[in-house]
Amino acid sequence: MADKKEKVSRQPMPEQSAEVRRRNFEEVPLGYTAETAMLEASRCLQCKNPACVTGCPVEIDIPGFISRIKEGDFAGAIAKLKEKTALPAVCGRVCPQELQCESKCILGKKDEPVAVGRLERFAADWERTQGEVKVPVLPAKTGKSVGVVGSGPASLTVAGDLILKGHDVTVYEAFHKAGGVLVYGIPEFRLPKAIVQAEVDYLTKLGVNFELNSVVGRTETVDELLERHDAVFIAVGAGLPSFLNIPGENLIGIYSANEYLTRSNLMKAYLFPEYDTPIVRGKNVAVLGAGNVAMDAARTAMRLGAENVRIVYRRSREEMPARAEEIHHGEQEGLELYLLTAPVRFIGDDKGRVTSMECIKMELGEPDASGRRRPVPIEGSNFELETDMVVIAVGAGANPLITSTTPGLETNKWGYITADPATGKTMKPRVWAGGDIVTGQATVILAMGAGRQAANSMHDYLTWGW
Amino acid sequence: MFEILEREEMAQGTVVKNVIKAPKIAAKAKPGQFVIIRANETGERIPLTMADSDPEKGTVTIIYQVVGKSTALFKTFKVGDAFQDVLGPLGQPTHVDKVDGLVICVGGGTGTAVVHPITRGYKNAGNKVVAIIGSRNKDLLILEKEMGRASDELKVCTDDGSYGHHGFVTDVLKQYLDGPEKVAVVVAAGPVPMMKFVAKMTEPYGVKTLVSLNSIMIDGTGMCGGCRVSVKGKNRFTCVEGPEFDGHEVDFDELTQRLSAYREHEGQAMQEFEHKCKIGLDK
Ligand SMILES: Cc1cc2nc3c(=O)[nH]c(=O)nc-3n(C[C@H](O)[C@H](O)[C@H](O)COP(=O)(O)OP(=O)(O)OC[C@H]3O[C@@H](n4cnc5c(N)ncnc54)[C@H](O)[C@@H]3O)c2cc1C
Ligand SMILES: Cc1cc2nc3c(=O)[nH]c(=O)nc-3n(C[C@H](O)[C@H](O)[C@H](O)COP(=O)(O)OP(=O)(O)OC[C@H]3O[C@@H](n4cnc5c(N)ncnc54)[C@H](O)[C@@H]3O)c2cc1C
Ligand code: SF4
Ligand code: SF4
Ligand code: FES
Repeated sequence: MADKKEKVSRQPMPEQSAEVRRRNFEEVPLGYTAETAMLEASRCLQCKNPACVTGCPVEIDIPGFISRIKEGDFAGAIAKLKEKTALPAVCGRVCPQELQCESKCILGKKDEPVAVGRLERFAADWERTQGEVKVPVLPAKTGKSVGVVGSGPASLTVAGDLILKGHDVTVYEAFHKAGGVLVYGIPEFRLPKAIVQAEVDYLTKLGVNFELNSVVGRTETVDELLERHDAVFIAVGAGLPSFLNIPGENLIGIYSANEYLTRSNLMKAYLFPEYDTPIVRGKNVAVLGAGNVAMDAARTAMRLGAENVRIVYRRSREEMPARAEEIHHGEQEGLELYLLTAPVRFIGDDKGRVTSMECIKMELGEPDASGRRRPVPIEGSNFELETDMVVIAVGAGANPLITSTTPGLETNKWGYITADPATGKTMKPRVWAGGDIVTGQATVILAMGAGRQAANSMHDYLTWGW
Repeated sequence: MFEILEREEMAQGTVVKNVIKAPKIAAKAKPGQFVIIRANETGERIPLTMADSDPEKGTVTIIYQVVGKSTALFKTFKVGDAFQDVLGPLGQPTHVDKVDGLVICVGGGTGTAVVHPITRGYKNAGNKVVAIIGSRNKDLLILEKEMGRASDELKVCTDDGSYGHHGFVTDVLKQYLDGPEKVAVVVAAGPVPMMKFVAKMTEPYGVKTLVSLNSIMIDGTGMCGGCRVSVKGKNRFTCVEGPEFDGHEVDFDELTQRLSAYREHEGQAMQEFEHKCKIGLDK
């Protein structure tokens, strides 16, 4: 029977055409239908020793959830996923699957790998369209209470895990909305905010208490939280923008990626004047850097009506850190790549607005400490690029607001919190940490993995005292 | 939600004072710190200095000038209404201690509301404090009584001479700088040009001068860099390292330009808001 079956190839996901989507903020890929999902699921070989699972930082039972999709048991599939991830609708969308689960799939050796991410997204989206998500029966209260600082994926995972174990959980978030980078950084067209809100609402239903507008380190300190909670988890992300420190950087129209994306996503400046927060709509936009953050900023600028959007990057295409899919989507939408090019200074008019940027051409020299060939400037190759809006997306650092107000919390030389990689325990008693504030900017799923480990360790502590 | 408990209009309705219930912030607030307020779901995040706070009653007081859409929207809020979000206390508190010499606190326009708690702080720390406040005319003057109480000597200036000294606050400041008493520190808050001229004036005298900057902000936690100012040629974030900086080191011209970043947007937002108010769509 099986060998007679016609070979099914990896099912493409329908998406908005590049022409249309480059000017709107709706989601780009449209998702699988039930039929396509079941067809794609049928490609999985149900390996005994599934390699894909070793590629997933939280070890989702991938063949397990896929076999249920194949049988049309979507409720079973989502239950299987939720054993390991609190945010399948998010991970299915933003995980770099080509480097994780899918990169290890056995089918990928000869053919294309099973579309694990798309199937995960399908199961989660199916659940959301089923109306009320069921709230599980909660265990008896333990009487212990936990404070969680920040509300990104690491924190949401800890909150979900510990409330389900009977502890009281309060999340303290500086912004007026919960979700971390998922709400203020990643744009609507890659991750609709309604999805993140649904996850937060679910946690609220489970009994998690969200205290928004709470800047820990200012409104209250970690030590004050420890007076009312038995344990505290810190996951405040990598919230410090990097600048280039070159002349003209404070001209109007030059943003850090954090500011640009926060204005657009969290404050909904793309809907100005319906929403009050303004944003510069550039005609000739330059985005400095070539990671996922740079791609998000560039594609946002395109949607805000730019005529030209240029990614300016000092290395070559191979070294671009952004996901291949994002670069591909961006180029389809008309982004131009200025590779082996570095900014030298910004030039402005008499009103202090940026009008152009002096650049220099680079060539690749000897490999540096990271093993990548080091870009070196080519003497005399300077040129001027016209631009009226610039986004600086060259990385993020550790925000010192918490670490500088919490005695006993140790940090490494870059200011990230020192925590045991297996448990998330910090050097300060009763305090755990995880996510980007420990590792530096990483991924959603790694932050969730760190949250899961910390939650286990915290539960042990709350139960047994160690 | 953060309920408005008291409301008062000042300076012929161009300035409004609100006392807001915010117990957690009130418990921590110190002179010189500010809050960020968002009126409603579509609102922007507006930084305002806490003109006062009362940890017992759990309240903070803001005094704001109506200059654009958001402050015009704030003005429509009555007693019993509530702001959706209030975040704080933010920024570094003013470092008030006993100094060797006179303290001069200069407030221009709504800047007087910013300088008032600082003035009181210096006086309470046992200093002799002179307050110099100014406005365009008598009707626009705010907090005269309060500033009188918070200082040992109060000087009032109006641009048009309708009250007090006819001229700028810097004229009066100069008299003290040239006077017999040693001036230890000058603190100034108000329009950027005023702070710039105060700093310029004190520089040759070598008198330490603190200015309270009002850069455009988003998060207020050092995350976006939008509030960056050049101080001694280096980028500093007003929301976490400020709002007070050494006036002799601040690049005021850059700050003035950065404050004009959204002039067109602001005009458009204000126009639409006024239109809506006229036809009665907004409350
Ligand atoms: C634009 C952008 C695009 C990205 N795209 C992807 C992607 O496609 N795939 C992927 O896997 N990863 C992506 N990442 C990375 C990923 O989002 C992060 O690694 C992940 O969100 C880190 O989670 P976290 O829980 O550590 O903290 P964060 O998500 O950073 O959340 C931290 C939260 O803490 C709050 N906070 C900060 N300070 C305080 C304080 N003092 N008190 C209270 N709260 C505080 C912040 O406001 C924030 O809400 C992207 C990141 C960015 C910026
Ligand atoms: C730390 C800090 C403390 C402040 N404290 C006070 C205070 O106690 N009382 C008070 O009245 N104001 C204060 N401000 C200024 C206040 O935030 C602005 O007046 C307000 O954001 C204007 O919003 P709007 O929408 O009403 O006006 P907009 O339409 O945004 O602007 C109208 C006009 O105001 C100017 N403007 C815009 N933003 C600012 C700004 N951040 N600072 C100065 N001018 C601005 C514009 O250039 C324009 O000319 C403070 C600002 C900061 C950063
Ligand atoms: S969580 Fe991410 S890495 Fe794990 S299976 Fe899902 S998409 Fe793959
Ligand atoms: S490795 Fe590929 S084929 Fe094997 S179980 Fe995982 S997804 Fe299925
Ligand atoms: S307001 Fe964002 S860093 Fe200061």
